[in-house]
Amino acid sequence: MAFNDDIRRIRAIVWKDLTTERRSKAGFNAVAALGVTILVLFGFALGPDAQALRDAAAGVLWLAVLFAGVLAFNRSYQVELDGGALEVLLLYPGARWAIFAGKLIANLIFVLAMLVIVVAVGIVLFQVVIPAQWPSLIGIMLLGVIGLVSLGTFYAAMSSRSRAREVLLPLLLYPMLIPVLLASMEATKAFLTGDIMNAVGAWVQMLALFDVIFLVATFWAFESVIEV
Amino acid sequence: MSPVTANTFDAPKAGRWPLFGWLSFAFFAFAQVYAVATSPADQMMGHLQKMMYVHVPAAWVTFVAFGIVLWTSVLFLWKEDERHDLMAAAAAEIGAVFCGLTLILGMIWGRPTWGVWWSWDARLTSTLVLFLIFVGYLALRSFVEDAQRRGQWSAAVGILGAINVPIVWMSVKWWRTLHQLQSDPRSLSGEYALGLVLNALAFLFLMIFFIRRRYEAARYERAAEHASQAAALGGYNG
Repeated sequence: MAFNDDIRRIRAIVWKDLTTERRSKAGFNAVAALGVTILVLFGFALGPDAQALRDAAAGVLWLAVLFAGVLAFNRSYQVELDGGALEVLLLYPGARWAIFAGKLIANLIFVLAMLVIVVAVGIVLFQVVIPAQWPSLIGIMLLGVIGLVSLGTFYAAMSSRSRAREVLLPLLLYPMLIPVLLASMEATKAFLTGDIMNAVGAWVQMLALFDVIFLVATFWAFESVIEV
Repeated sequence: MSPVTANTFDAPKAGRWPLFGWLSFAFFAFAQVYAVATSPADQMMGHLQKMMYVHVPAAWVTFVAFGIVLWTSVLFLWKEDERHDLMAAAAAEIGAVFCGLTLILGMIWGRPTWGVWWSWDARLTSTLVLFLIFVGYLALRSFVEDAQRRGQWSAAVGILGAINVPIVWMSVKWWRTLHQLQSDPRSLSGEYALGLVLNALAFLFLMIFFIRRRYEAARYERAAEHASQAAALGGYNG
Protein backbone atom coordinates (compact mmCIF):
# COMPACT_ATOMS: atom_id res chain seq x y z
CA MET A 1 0.00 0.00 0.00
CA ALA A 2 2.77 2.38 0.98
CA PHE A 3 4.42 1.83 -2.34
CA ASN A 4 1.25 2.75 -4.20
CA ASP A 5 1.14 5.97 -2.21
CA ASP A 6 4.70 6.77 -3.27
CA ILE A 7 3.77 6.16 -6.90
CA ARG A 8 0.87 8.57 -6.51
CA ARG A 9 3.15 11.17 -4.94
CA ILE A 10 5.65 10.84 -7.76
CA ARG A 11 2.88 11.16 -10.32
CA ALA A 12 1.53 14.26 -8.61
CA ILE A 13 4.94 15.97 -8.64
CA VAL A 14 5.59 15.07 -12.27
CA TRP A 15 2.15 16.36 -13.20
CA LYS A 16 2.62 19.57 -11.21
CA ASP A 17 6.03 20.33 -12.78
CA LEU A 18 4.91 19.55 -16.31
CA THR A 19 1.71 21.56 -15.91
CA THR A 20 3.71 24.58 -14.78
CA GLU A 21 5.88 24.15 -17.84
CA ARG A 22 2.96 23.59 -20.20
CA ARG A 23 1.03 26.62 -19.01
CA SER A 24 3.88 29.04 -19.59
CA LYS A 25 6.00 27.28 -22.26
CA ALA A 26 8.45 30.16 -21.92
CA GLY A 27 11.03 28.00 -20.15
CA PHE A 28 10.94 25.21 -22.67
CA ASN A 29 10.99 27.49 -25.71
CA ALA A 30 13.95 29.42 -24.34
CA VAL A 31 15.94 26.32 -23.46
CA ALA A 32 15.24 24.61 -26.80
CA ALA A 33 16.17 27.78 -28.66
CA LEU A 34 19.39 27.93 -26.69
CA GLY A 35 20.17 24.32 -27.66
CA VAL A 36 19.74 25.20 -31.34
CA THR A 37 21.85 28.36 -30.92
CA ILE A 38 24.67 26.31 -29.42
CA LEU A 39 24.52 23.97 -32.43
CA VAL A 40 24.87 26.94 -34.76
CA LEU A 41 27.85 28.26 -32.76
CA PHE A 42 29.58 24.89 -32.92
CA GLY A 43 28.95 24.92 -36.65
CA PHE A 44 30.94 28.14 -36.91
CA ALA A 45 33.72 26.72 -34.74
CA LEU A 46 34.04 23.59 -36.89
CA GLY A 47 33.80 25.27 -40.26
CA PRO A 48 31.67 24.50 -43.31
CA ASP A 49 33.45 21.29 -44.35
CA ALA A 50 30.73 18.61 -44.47
CA GLN A 51 32.95 15.72 -43.36
CA ALA A 52 34.33 17.64 -40.37
CA LEU A 53 30.78 18.54 -39.31
CA ARG A 54 29.62 14.95 -39.67
CA ASP A 55 32.55 13.62 -37.61
CA ALA A 56 31.89 16.07 -34.80
CA ALA A 57 28.08 15.78 -34.89
CA ALA A 58 27.73 13.23 -32.07
CA GLY A 59 29.85 15.22 -29.64
CA VAL A 60 28.25 18.52 -30.55
CA LEU A 61 24.71 17.18 -30.13
CA TRP A 62 25.46 15.94 -26.63
CA LEU A 63 27.19 19.15 -25.62
CA ALA A 64 24.26 21.23 -26.87
CA VAL A 65 21.88 19.08 -24.84
CA LEU A 66 24.15 19.38 -21.81
CA PHE A 67 24.59 23.15 -21.95
CA ALA A 68 20.90 23.82 -22.52
CA GLY A 69 19.77 21.13 -20.08
CA VAL A 70 21.75 22.63 -17.22
CA LEU A 71 19.42 25.63 -17.31
CA ALA A 72 16.41 23.36 -16.96
CA PHE A 73 17.69 21.70 -13.79
CA ASN A 74 18.10 24.89 -11.79
CA ARG A 75 14.75 26.10 -13.09
CA SER A 76 12.94 23.05 -11.80
CA TYR A 77 13.80 24.04 -8.21
CA GLN A 78 13.73 27.76 -8.84
CA VAL A 79 9.99 27.74 -9.52
CA GLU A 80 9.50 26.02 -6.15
CA LEU A 81 11.66 28.47 -4.24
CA ASP A 82 9.96 31.61 -5.53
CA GLY A 83 6.75 30.89 -3.64
CA GLY A 84 8.33 29.02 -0.76
CA ALA A 85 6.71 25.91 -2.23
CA LEU A 86 9.64 23.61 -1.61
CA GLU A 87 9.24 23.85 2.16
CA VAL A 88 5.57 22.98 1.85
CA LEU A 89 6.44 20.09 -0.45
CA LEU A 90 8.86 18.79 2.18
CA LEU A 91 6.22 19.11 4.90
CA TYR A 92 3.85 16.73 3.14
CA PRO A 93 3.97 13.22 4.58
CA GLY A 94 5.80 10.59 2.60
CA ALA A 95 9.28 9.61 1.57
CA ARG A 96 11.68 12.26 0.33
CA TRP A 97 12.89 10.07 -2.51
CA ALA A 98 9.44 10.42 -4.07
CA ILE A 99 10.13 14.15 -4.52
CA PHE A 100 13.43 13.34 -6.20
CA ALA A 101 11.82 10.72 -8.43
CA GLY A 102 9.07 13.16 -9.42
CA LYS A 103 11.50 15.95 -10.26
CA LEU A 104 13.75 13.52 -12.09
CA ILE A 105 10.95 12.19 -14.31
CA ALA A 106 9.65 15.70 -15.04
CA ASN A 107 13.17 16.84 -15.98
CA LEU A 108 13.61 13.69 -18.05
CA ILE A 109 10.51 14.47 -20.11
CA PHE A 110 11.58 18.11 -20.43
CA VAL A 111 15.10 17.27 -21.64
CA LEU A 112 13.87 14.52 -23.97
CA ALA A 113 11.47 16.96 -25.61
CA MET A 114 14.34 19.39 -26.03
CA LEU A 115 16.55 16.60 -27.37
CA VAL A 116 14.04 15.87 -30.15
CA ILE A 117 14.30 19.45 -31.38
CA VAL A 118 18.08 19.67 -31.00
CA VAL A 119 18.64 16.34 -32.78
CA ALA A 120 16.28 17.23 -35.61
CA VAL A 121 18.03 20.54 -36.20
CA GLY A 122 21.44 18.93 -35.68
CA ILE A 123 20.81 16.30 -38.33
CA VAL A 124 20.08 19.04 -40.84
CA LEU A 125 22.84 21.47 -39.84
CA PHE A 126 25.59 18.87 -39.47
CA GLN A 127 24.52 16.86 -42.53
CA VAL A 128 24.23 13.64 -40.56
CA VAL A 129 23.43 10.51 -42.53
CA ILE A 130 20.78 8.68 -40.50
CA PRO A 131 21.89 5.06 -40.03
CA ALA A 132 19.59 2.15 -40.78
CA GLN A 133 19.51 1.04 -37.12
CA TRP A 134 18.20 4.40 -35.91
CA PRO A 135 15.84 2.84 -33.31
CA SER A 136 18.89 1.69 -31.31
CA LEU A 137 20.18 5.24 -31.45
CA ILE A 138 17.05 6.37 -29.63
CA GLY A 139 17.87 3.84 -26.92
CA ILE A 140 21.38 5.27 -26.54
CA MET A 141 20.01 8.79 -26.30
CA LEU A 142 17.53 7.70 -23.66
CA LEU A 143 20.29 6.09 -21.58
CA GLY A 144 22.49 9.16 -21.92
CA VAL A 145 19.69 11.51 -20.90
CA ILE A 146 18.88 9.37 -17.84
CA GLY A 147 22.47 9.75 -16.62
CA LEU A 148 22.48 13.47 -17.39
CA VAL A 149 19.16 14.15 -15.70
CA SER A 150 19.77 12.06 -12.57
CA LEU A 151 22.98 13.91 -11.73
CA GLY A 152 21.59 17.24 -12.91
CA THR A 153 18.45 16.98 -10.77
CA PHE A 154 20.54 15.98 -7.77
CA TYR A 155 23.13 18.77 -7.99
CA ALA A 156 20.50 21.39 -8.80
CA ALA A 157 18.80 20.57 -5.47
CA MET A 158 21.87 22.15 -3.86
CA SER A 159 23.00 24.77 -6.35
CA SER A 160 19.53 26.31 -6.79
CA ARG A 161 19.44 27.07 -3.07
CA SER A 162 22.92 28.55 -2.81
CA ARG A 163 24.51 31.80 -3.85
CA ALA A 164 26.02 31.88 -7.33
CA ARG A 165 23.85 29.03 -8.59
CA GLU A 166 24.54 29.87 -12.23
CA VAL A 167 28.20 28.98 -11.88
CA LEU A 168 27.97 26.39 -9.13
CA LEU A 169 25.78 23.87 -10.98
CA PRO A 170 28.01 23.54 -14.07
CA LEU A 171 31.13 23.51 -11.89
CA LEU A 172 29.80 20.60 -9.83
CA LEU A 173 27.93 18.81 -12.59
CA TYR A 174 30.26 18.79 -15.60
CA PRO A 175 33.18 16.89 -14.01
CA MET A 176 30.70 14.35 -12.63
CA LEU A 177 29.10 13.88 -16.05
CA ILE A 178 32.32 13.08 -17.90
CA PRO A 179 31.84 9.28 -17.87
CA VAL A 180 28.20 9.51 -18.97
CA LEU A 181 28.99 12.04 -21.69
CA LEU A 182 31.99 10.11 -22.92
CA ALA A 183 30.01 6.88 -23.20
CA SER A 184 27.03 8.62 -24.85
CA MET A 185 29.19 10.49 -27.34
CA GLU A 186 31.26 7.46 -28.27
CA ALA A 187 28.24 5.18 -28.67
CA THR A 188 26.44 7.77 -30.79
CA LYS A 189 29.54 8.47 -32.83
CA ALA A 190 30.17 4.77 -33.45
CA PHE A 191 26.58 4.44 -34.65
CA LEU A 192 26.73 7.43 -36.97
CA THR A 193 30.05 6.42 -38.50
CA GLY A 194 29.07 2.80 -39.12
CA ASP A 195 30.69 1.22 -36.03
CA ILE A 196 33.87 0.00 -37.71
CA MET A 197 35.52 -0.80 -34.38
CA ASN A 198 32.47 -2.74 -33.19
CA ALA A 199 32.44 -0.71 -30.00
CA VAL A 200 28.79 0.27 -29.61
CA GLY A 201 27.85 -2.71 -27.44
CA ALA A 202 30.62 -2.06 -24.92
CA TRP A 203 29.81 1.66 -24.68
CA VAL A 204 26.10 0.99 -24.24
CA GLN A 205 26.82 -1.52 -21.47
CA MET A 206 29.05 1.01 -19.74
CA LEU A 207 26.46 3.73 -20.13
CA ALA A 208 23.79 1.51 -18.60
CA LEU A 209 26.14 0.65 -15.73
CA PHE A 210 26.91 4.34 -15.08
CA ASP A 211 23.18 5.12 -15.11
CA VAL A 212 22.50 2.47 -12.48
CA ILE A 213 25.40 3.62 -10.27
CA PHE A 214 24.48 7.29 -10.45
CA LEU A 215 20.76 6.66 -10.00
CA VAL A 216 21.41 4.64 -6.85
CA ALA A 217 23.93 7.19 -5.53
CA THR A 218 21.74 10.22 -6.17
CA PHE A 219 18.60 8.60 -4.73
CA TRP A 220 20.58 7.69 -1.63
CA ALA A 221 22.24 11.10 -1.22
CA PHE A 222 19.16 13.19 -1.99
CA GLU A 223 17.74 12.60 1.48
CA SER A 224 20.65 14.33 3.23
CA VAL A 225 20.73 17.15 0.69
CA ILE A 226 17.09 18.18 0.64
CA GLU A 227 16.38 18.13 4.37
CA VAL A 228 18.61 21.12 5.19
CA MET B 1 36.81 38.61 29.34
CA SER B 2 38.72 37.50 26.28
CA PRO B 3 36.19 36.65 23.57
CA VAL B 4 37.66 33.25 22.75
CA THR B 5 37.55 31.79 26.26
CA ALA B 6 33.79 31.32 26.18
CA ASN B 7 34.33 28.75 23.45
CA THR B 8 37.66 27.24 24.39
CA PHE B 9 36.03 23.81 24.22
CA ASP B 10 35.62 24.49 20.53
CA ALA B 11 39.24 25.37 19.93
CA PRO B 12 41.80 22.60 19.46
CA LYS B 13 45.13 22.50 21.26
CA ALA B 14 48.25 22.91 19.18
CA GLY B 15 50.10 20.42 21.42
CA ARG B 16 53.15 18.92 19.79
CA TRP B 17 51.97 19.60 16.25
CA PRO B 18 54.43 22.49 15.61
CA LEU B 19 57.27 20.15 16.52
CA PHE B 20 55.80 17.51 14.20
CA GLY B 21 55.75 20.16 11.46
CA TRP B 22 59.41 21.06 11.91
CA LEU B 23 60.41 17.40 11.90
CA SER B 24 58.36 16.81 8.75
CA PHE B 25 60.06 19.65 6.91
CA ALA B 26 63.49 18.44 8.06
CA PHE B 27 62.69 14.90 6.98
CA PHE B 28 61.44 16.17 3.63
CA ALA B 29 64.70 18.05 3.06
CA PHE B 30 66.70 14.97 4.03
CA ALA B 31 64.64 12.65 1.79
CA GLN B 32 65.02 14.95 -1.20
CA VAL B 33 68.78 15.29 -0.78
CA TYR B 34 69.18 11.57 -0.16
CA ALA B 35 67.15 10.59 -3.22
CA VAL B 36 68.81 13.05 -5.57
CA ALA B 37 72.30 12.22 -4.31
CA THR B 38 72.01 8.43 -4.36
CA SER B 39 70.08 7.75 -7.54
CA PRO B 40 72.19 7.23 -10.67
CA ALA B 41 71.21 8.85 -13.96
CA ASP B 42 68.48 6.88 -15.70
CA GLN B 43 69.34 5.14 -18.99
CA MET B 44 66.49 6.77 -20.87
CA MET B 45 65.71 9.95 -18.98
CA GLY B 46 69.04 10.87 -17.39
CA HIS B 47 68.66 13.17 -14.41
CA LEU B 48 65.10 14.00 -15.41
CA GLN B 49 64.20 10.87 -13.50
CA LYS B 50 64.65 12.91 -10.29
CA MET B 51 61.25 14.48 -10.98
CA MET B 52 59.87 11.18 -9.77
CA TYR B 53 60.75 12.09 -6.16
CA VAL B 54 58.33 15.00 -6.13
CA HIS B 55 55.75 14.01 -8.73
CA VAL B 56 54.94 10.46 -7.62
CA PRO B 57 54.74 11.22 -3.86
CA ALA B 58 52.48 14.20 -4.60
CA ALA B 59 50.19 11.93 -6.61
CA TRP B 60 50.04 9.29 -3.86
CA VAL B 61 49.39 11.87 -1.18
CA THR B 62 46.58 13.34 -3.29
CA PHE B 63 44.77 10.04 -3.17
CA VAL B 64 45.33 9.72 0.58
CA ALA B 65 43.86 13.21 1.07
CA PHE B 66 40.89 12.34 -1.10
CA GLY B 67 40.43 9.14 0.89
CA ILE B 68 40.31 11.24 4.06
CA VAL B 69 37.64 13.46 2.47
CA LEU B 70 35.57 10.40 1.62
CA TRP B 71 36.01 8.82 5.05
CA THR B 72 35.26 11.97 7.08
CA SER B 73 32.28 12.79 4.82
CA VAL B 74 30.77 9.37 5.52
CA LEU B 75 31.47 9.84 9.25
CA PHE B 76 29.83 13.27 9.20
CA LEU B 77 26.62 12.02 7.60
CA TRP B 78 26.61 9.11 10.02
CA LYS B 79 27.47 10.81 13.31
CA GLU B 80 26.70 14.48 12.52
CA ASP B 81 29.79 15.67 14.38
CA GLU B 82 30.93 19.02 13.01
CA ARG B 83 34.60 18.14 13.48
CA HIS B 84 34.37 15.52 10.73
CA ASP B 85 33.03 18.14 8.35
CA LEU B 86 35.87 20.54 9.17
CA MET B 87 38.39 17.73 8.74
CA ALA B 88 36.91 16.88 5.32
CA ALA B 89 37.20 20.53 4.29
CA ALA B 90 40.81 20.70 5.47
CA ALA B 91 41.72 17.49 3.65
CA ALA B 92 40.00 18.71 0.47
CA GLU B 93 41.97 21.95 0.45
CA ILE B 94 45.30 20.22 0.97
CA GLY B 95 44.30 17.49 -1.49
CA ALA B 96 43.52 20.11 -4.13
CA VAL B 97 46.95 21.69 -3.62
CA PHE B 98 48.75 18.37 -3.95
CA CYS B 99 46.58 17.40 -6.92
CA GLY B 100 47.46 20.65 -8.69
CA LEU B 101 51.11 20.04 -7.81
CA THR B 102 50.90 16.52 -9.25
CA LEU B 103 49.52 17.83 -12.53
CA ILE B 104 52.04 20.65 -12.90
CA LEU B 105 55.04 18.52 -11.92
CA GLY B 106 53.81 15.81 -14.27
CA MET B 107 53.63 18.28 -17.14
CA ILE B 108 57.13 19.56 -16.40
CA TRP B 109 58.32 15.95 -16.46
CA GLY B 110 56.26 14.99 -19.49
CA ARG B 111 57.46 17.79 -21.74
CA PRO B 112 61.12 16.62 -22.03
CA THR B 113 60.39 12.87 -21.80
CA TRP B 114 57.27 12.46 -23.95
CA GLY B 115 57.73 15.68 -25.90
CA VAL B 116 54.27 16.98 -24.95
CA TRP B 117 52.89 18.88 -21.99
CA TRP B 118 49.73 16.85 -21.92
CA SER B 119 48.52 13.45 -23.07
CA TRP B 120 44.91 12.31 -22.85
CA ASP B 121 45.63 9.01 -21.17
CA ALA B 122 43.54 7.56 -18.37
CA ARG B 123 45.88 8.47 -15.56
CA LEU B 124 46.39 12.11 -16.52
CA THR B 125 42.79 12.74 -17.45
CA SER B 126 41.32 11.21 -14.32
CA THR B 127 43.78 13.19 -12.16
CA LEU B 128 42.61 16.35 -13.89
CA VAL B 129 38.98 15.42 -13.32
CA LEU B 130 39.78 14.70 -9.67
CA PHE B 131 41.25 18.19 -9.42
CA LEU B 132 38.09 19.68 -10.93
CA ILE B 133 35.93 17.73 -8.48
CA PHE B 134 38.05 19.10 -5.60
CA VAL B 135 37.60 22.61 -6.96
CA GLY B 136 33.83 22.16 -7.25
CA TYR B 137 33.72 20.82 -3.70
CA LEU B 138 35.61 23.83 -2.35
CA ALA B 139 33.48 26.24 -4.39
CA LEU B 140 30.32 24.69 -2.95
CA ARG B 141 31.68 25.18 0.55
CA SER B 142 32.45 28.82 -0.06
CA PHE B 143 29.00 29.53 -1.53
CA VAL B 144 26.97 28.10 1.36
CA GLU B 145 26.82 29.98 4.66
CA ASP B 146 24.70 27.75 6.90
CA ALA B 147 27.06 25.31 8.66
CA GLN B 148 24.68 22.35 8.79
CA ARG B 149 23.69 22.76 5.15
CA ARG B 150 27.30 23.24 4.06
CA GLY B 151 28.32 20.12 5.95
CA GLN B 152 25.64 17.83 4.56
CA TRP B 153 25.85 19.13 1.02
CA SER B 154 29.60 18.96 0.79
CA ALA B 155 29.61 15.49 2.36
CA ALA B 156 27.22 14.29 -0.35
CA VAL B 157 29.27 15.98 -3.07
CA GLY B 158 32.48 14.53 -1.63
CA ILE B 159 31.12 10.99 -1.56
CA LEU B 160 29.68 11.19 -5.08
CA GLY B 161 32.94 12.69 -6.30
CA ALA B 162 34.87 9.81 -4.78
CA ILE B 163 32.55 7.30 -6.47
CA ASN B 164 33.09 9.12 -9.75
CA VAL B 165 36.90 9.00 -9.82
CA PRO B 166 37.29 5.26 -10.55
CA ILE B 167 34.42 5.52 -13.04
CA VAL B 168 36.15 8.35 -14.88
CA TRP B 169 39.36 6.35 -14.89
CA MET B 170 37.57 3.33 -16.34
CA SER B 171 35.74 5.29 -19.04
CA VAL B 172 38.79 7.29 -20.13
CA LYS B 173 40.87 4.11 -20.22
CA TRP B 174 38.28 2.57 -22.51
CA TRP B 175 38.11 5.68 -24.62
CA ARG B 176 41.88 5.62 -25.12
CA THR B 177 42.39 1.91 -25.62
CA LEU B 178 39.73 1.82 -28.29
CA HIS B 179 41.81 4.27 -30.29
CA GLN B 180 45.40 3.45 -29.47
CA LEU B 181 47.36 1.52 -26.94
CA GLN B 182 49.23 3.51 -24.38
CA SER B 183 52.65 2.17 -23.49
CA ASP B 184 53.69 2.89 -19.96
CA PRO B 185 56.72 0.88 -18.84
CA ARG B 186 57.43 1.82 -15.28
CA SER B 187 59.87 -0.62 -13.78
CA LEU B 188 61.79 0.56 -10.80
CA SER B 189 65.13 -0.84 -9.71
CA GLY B 190 66.29 -0.93 -6.10
CA GLU B 191 68.54 2.11 -6.21
CA TYR B 192 65.55 4.33 -6.95
CA ALA B 193 63.03 2.62 -4.69
CA LEU B 194 64.32 3.69 -1.26
CA GLY B 195 64.48 7.36 -2.26
CA LEU B 196 60.92 7.14 -3.50
CA VAL B 197 59.65 5.49 -0.32
CA LEU B 198 61.41 8.08 1.87
CA ASN B 199 59.94 10.93 -0.13
CA ALA B 200 56.50 9.38 -0.09
CA LEU B 201 56.70 9.28 3.71
CA ALA B 202 57.98 12.86 3.82
CA PHE B 203 55.07 14.03 1.68
CA LEU B 204 52.66 12.07 3.84
CA PHE B 205 53.96 13.70 7.04
CA LEU B 206 53.76 17.13 5.44
CA MET B 207 50.22 16.45 4.28
CA ILE B 208 49.17 15.36 7.77
CA PHE B 209 50.76 18.50 9.23
CA PHE B 210 49.09 20.79 6.68
CA ILE B 211 45.69 19.17 7.17
CA ARG B 212 46.06 19.46 10.94
CA ARG B 213 46.95 23.18 10.71
CA ARG B 214 44.06 23.85 8.34
CA TYR B 215 41.74 21.91 10.61
CA GLU B 216 42.84 23.96 13.65
CA ALA B 217 42.23 27.16 11.70
CA ALA B 218 38.76 25.93 10.71
CA ARG B 219 37.97 25.13 14.35
CA TYR B 220 39.03 28.64 15.40
CA GLU B 221 36.87 30.11 12.66
CA ARG B 222 33.88 28.13 13.88
CA ALA B 223 34.59 29.11 17.49
CA ALA B 224 34.65 32.76 16.42
CA GLU B 225 31.37 32.29 14.53
CA HIS B 226 29.76 30.71 17.59
CA ALA B 227 31.02 33.54 19.79
CA SER B 228 29.72 36.25 17.48
CA GLN B 229 26.37 34.48 17.16
CA ALA B 230 26.11 34.21 20.94
CA ALA B 231 27.04 37.87 21.30
CA ALA B 232 24.49 38.88 18.68
CA LEU B 233 21.77 36.94 20.52
CA GLY B 234 22.70 38.74 23.72
CA GLY B 235 23.34 35.51 25.58
CA TYR B 236 27.07 36.01 25.70
CA ASN B 237 28.66 38.20 28.37
CA GLY B 238 32.19 36.88 28.65
